[in-house]
Amino acid sequence: MGRYVVRRLLQMVPVFAGTTFLVFFMAHALGDPVAALFGDRAPDPATAARIRAELHLDEPLGTQYLLHMGGILTGDLGTAFNGRPVTELMAEAFPVTLRLTLVALVMETVVGIALGVAAGLRCGRRADTAVLAATLLLISVPTFVSGHLLQYLLGVEWNLVAPAVPTDASLTDLLLPGLVLALVSLAYVTRLTRASIAENVRTDHVRTAVAKGLPRRRVVTHHLLRNSLVPVVTFLGADLGVLMGGAVVTERIFNIHGVGFQLHQGVLRQNTPTVVGFVTVLVLVFLLANLLVDLLYAVLDPRIRHV
Amino acid sequence: MYDPTSRPGPTVLTVTGPAPGRTPGRGSGRATGGAPGRPRGLWSDAWHDLRRNPVFVVSALMIAFLVVISLWPGLITTHSPYDCDLADSQGGASPGHPFGFTTQGCDVYTRTVHGARASVAVGVCATVGTALLGAAVGGLAGFSGGWADAVLSRIGDVFFGIPVILGGLVLLSVVENGSLWSVVGLIVLLGWPQTARIARGAVITAKQNDYVLAARALGASGPRTLLRHIAPNAVAPVIVVATVSIGTCIALEATLSYIGVGLRPPTVSWGIDISEASDQVRNAPHMLLWPAGALSATVLAFIMLGDAVRDALDPRLRRGGRT
Amino acid sequence: MTTTERTAGATGRRVEDGSGVPLLEVRDLHVEFRTREGVARAVNGVNYSVGAGETLAVLGESGSGKSVTAQAIMGILDTPPGRIPKGEILFRGRDLLKASPEERRKVRGRKIAMIFQDALSSLNPVLSVGYQLGEMFRVHQGLSRKDARARAIELMDRVRIPAAKERVGDYPHQFSGGMRQRIMIAMALALEPDLIIADEPTTALDVTVQAQVMDLLAELQREYDMGLILITHDLGVVAGVADRIAVMYAGRIVETAPVHELYKRPAHPYTQGLLDSVPRLGPAPHPGSGRRELRVIKGLPPDLTRIPSGCAFHPRCPRAREMCRVGEPLLYRVPGERRSACYFWKEVVGD
Repeated sequence: MGRYVVRRLLQMVPVFAGTTFLVFFMAHALGDPVAALFGDRAPDPATAARIRAELHLDEPLGTQYLLHMGGILTGDLGTAFNGRPVTELMAEAFPVTLRLTLVALVMETVVGIALGVAAGLRCGRRADTAVLAATLLLISVPTFVSGHLLQYLLGVEWNLVAPAVPTDASLTDLLLPGLVLALVSLAYVTRLTRASIAENVRTDHVRTAVAKGLPRRRVVTHHLLRNSLVPVVTFLGADLGVLMGGAVVTERIFNIHGVGFQLHQGVLRQNTPTVVGFVTVLVLVFLLANLLVDLLYAVLDPRIRHV
Repeated sequence: MYDPTSRPGPTVLTVTGPAPGRTPGRGSGRATGGAPGRPRGLWSDAWHDLRRNPVFVVSALMIAFLVVISLWPGLITTHSPYDCDLADSQGGASPGHPFGFTTQGCDVYTRTVHGARASVAVGVCATVGTALLGAAVGGLAGFSGGWADAVLSRIGDVFFGIPVILGGLVLLSVVENGSLWSVVGLIVLLGWPQTARIARGAVITAKQNDYVLAARALGASGPRTLLRHIAPNAVAPVIVVATVSIGTCIALEATLSYIGVGLRPPTVSWGIDISEASDQVRNAPHMLLWPAGALSATVLAFIMLGDAVRDALDPRLRRGGRT
Repeated sequence: MTTTERTAGATGRRVEDGSGVPLLEVRDLHVEFRTREGVARAVNGVNYSVGAGETLAVLGESGSGKSVTAQAIMGILDTPPGRIPKGEILFRGRDLLKASPEERRKVRGRKIAMIFQDALSSLNPVLSVGYQLGEMFRVHQGLSRKDARARAIELMDRVRIPAAKERVGDYPHQFSGGMRQRIMIAMALALEPDLIIADEPTTALDVTVQAQVMDLLAELQREYDMGLILITHDLGVVAGVADRIAVMYAGRIVETAPVHELYKRPAHPYTQGLLDSVPRLGPAPHPGSGRRELRVIKGLPPDLTRIPSGCAFHPRCPRAREMCRVGEPLLYRVPGERRSACYFWKEVVGD
């Protein structure tokens, strides 16, 4: 186990560096942040030069990147369009997005795995076909469509929930947005779990578990599920990235003042430093989450850790 | 990151990304042909199964229709999507305008039909791009092994580390034009590692086949073994992922356009129209519903196609029992 | 053929004698599977019985229905596609096929246990062997995790796994093939069941390890006085341990006999073919016949969706005559507590 963890951690180092550099590179080398800041107007050369110096844009790219990363690691992300430090915005926005993502993650995991197990155990029967068809439909409706639809139907037409979410959104306020954010992933988790269960249910070791006289429930929870969850856990790690992207959409629809909202504002106001700062932090969270998933993977499957 | 060496995992599509394959444009027309040296059994079997699968037939018909109207939208429309009159703003359905009007007074039906082009183009181009790049890098990594594999895999991890929407926010907000190619470029740039992982796994599996070992033992050169013996056997999983990913790419384009960093007017895109309509849901839901319906149906058609192709090409899942 | 044979298992009971209740009795069991090609009749009227302390070897090629019968006894058939249209499985006189699922579950593991062929795939790869062994005690006897672990170590010692205490937390892939099969045996023995069904327990092992595992199994069986059904296609495995042999072909029993009788004088052409196809050193089985040729049974086992009419073996049988094609032979009584499903058993025995 120890060697596996060390190897994984070592592999992460270049990936961390590479990914953050890539984000930085996309913003600074492929585009011109200063020109973007001014939008369609031609910037005044003096102002442009001042901003360039402020953002260290006159330094070589490598130096710029190091300064940028230094800033992020020391908690200095520059100033947003309204003059407030980006870190301050982040401190406000992050808890909200964290709650939203958590709600979505819990929903897709619990509902997705439950549905997937139910369908996988009935593989080929009517209930299974129904679940498969339903997930197909869910996958086909992009988050921003299902978001507007559910908001319109539940919030406006039927008046079941408040169509917008208050600024200090609590977990219950975030149920509907969380569901919207989770829907597509939920369908994938269901399909993945189903396929995995249907495959594992015919394995020899599950047959052994039955032959041992274990109750059916125990066979499913202790022998079938555990083995079937490995690909699902891997998926959930990668899916966190999708949820982060989806949060931008969901927060816009429900007017939630989270990271996605701030990012969207940053894009609308063409404030590249804000956007890069936020995205870099999100990417770091994503990579860390995937590292965690990898370690979890080794916990779930002992064959990995003894390689 | 997730270690590609560990079991290839069931072929389940991930939402993040687009992935690959040469797109069997409509259906697996190519499956019948099969390049020389390809094991006929798998492909002709798959084609045999596909033709009898109602899911495949329905999705193929839907996709054929989509392709036709995206090439020649004039076939079923008479207006121009830019032919707008503010007097009609948010108007409901009327003769000649079955879907009503947008806020700008444009005909929703015409714009919905014309929107297909951007979606299909981005979906197909991004998928082809991801598939080619991913298969090339992944195939090379799997075939070489050792250091080259480690380096290529880590490079893949780097690009995989940026979720496409977030990458889009960064890249497309600084790139001026918001053209179709910049969206395709973004999806390919951040989407290829997923195909690469699948291609790498498939090549490693194929590499261990006895006849490949035999070919190498008989002195076949590296590149020759890769192209003649390994590639034909590793291509099926890539095609499966590719087919499914067309739908994912289409949804991705619409999402990027929706949040304002994808395609931009005057390009007609469902994402843009939905974004504009979203503020007016209370007053004029039709503005949202039609393009949203068209988008969902399109994604559905490609996902269904992918499902059918996977069922036909993946014997492991076939055994699981299709209804 | 009237010599009284020295039967190895004194407790051996015959299906037909009706005196006392055997431990397990299978009566006229039928099992079929629905497949794409039609209904495959895997088991077509099997009868056999096992007494306490007795070892019954069930011999046959793959597809002869020997494993399916065992799965039906255990109640682990995949249903669907499998189905048991007819038959009885009497365990201590009670028909398991009529028992509720919960009753059957309580018999599994506790009263009847099974050892599978491939221990690597039959053990759960993500759970430690200690956990998998201890689970038997935790589920069936309600033992605590700690006590169950102690019992697991005892069991591992019992099947002579070295350093059991240190290895109890290891995972199946960390053991050698022979050790893994010992763990399977330990798991089957855990609750000291009345009957163990071993389905090709040594087939997946190296030849050198096979004998050790087989000896261990036989020794433990004697010690606990369990009934043992040993399913195999390997005549060599059977000879040393079995009391009686039942030979299966196309889902039916074609011959049953005490083990030495069967080796000496098979009463069915199929058994004869099986014996002739085993290369052996040492004296020929038929004294006076001098060198014996190594022969194989021509043809292939029948397609279970289209079992030949009459005697299912007739297309491959060197003695087949017209009547074999028409009528299905009964299990004829052959002197010496044996039976044969061949019209011409007298000729075969006299060979």
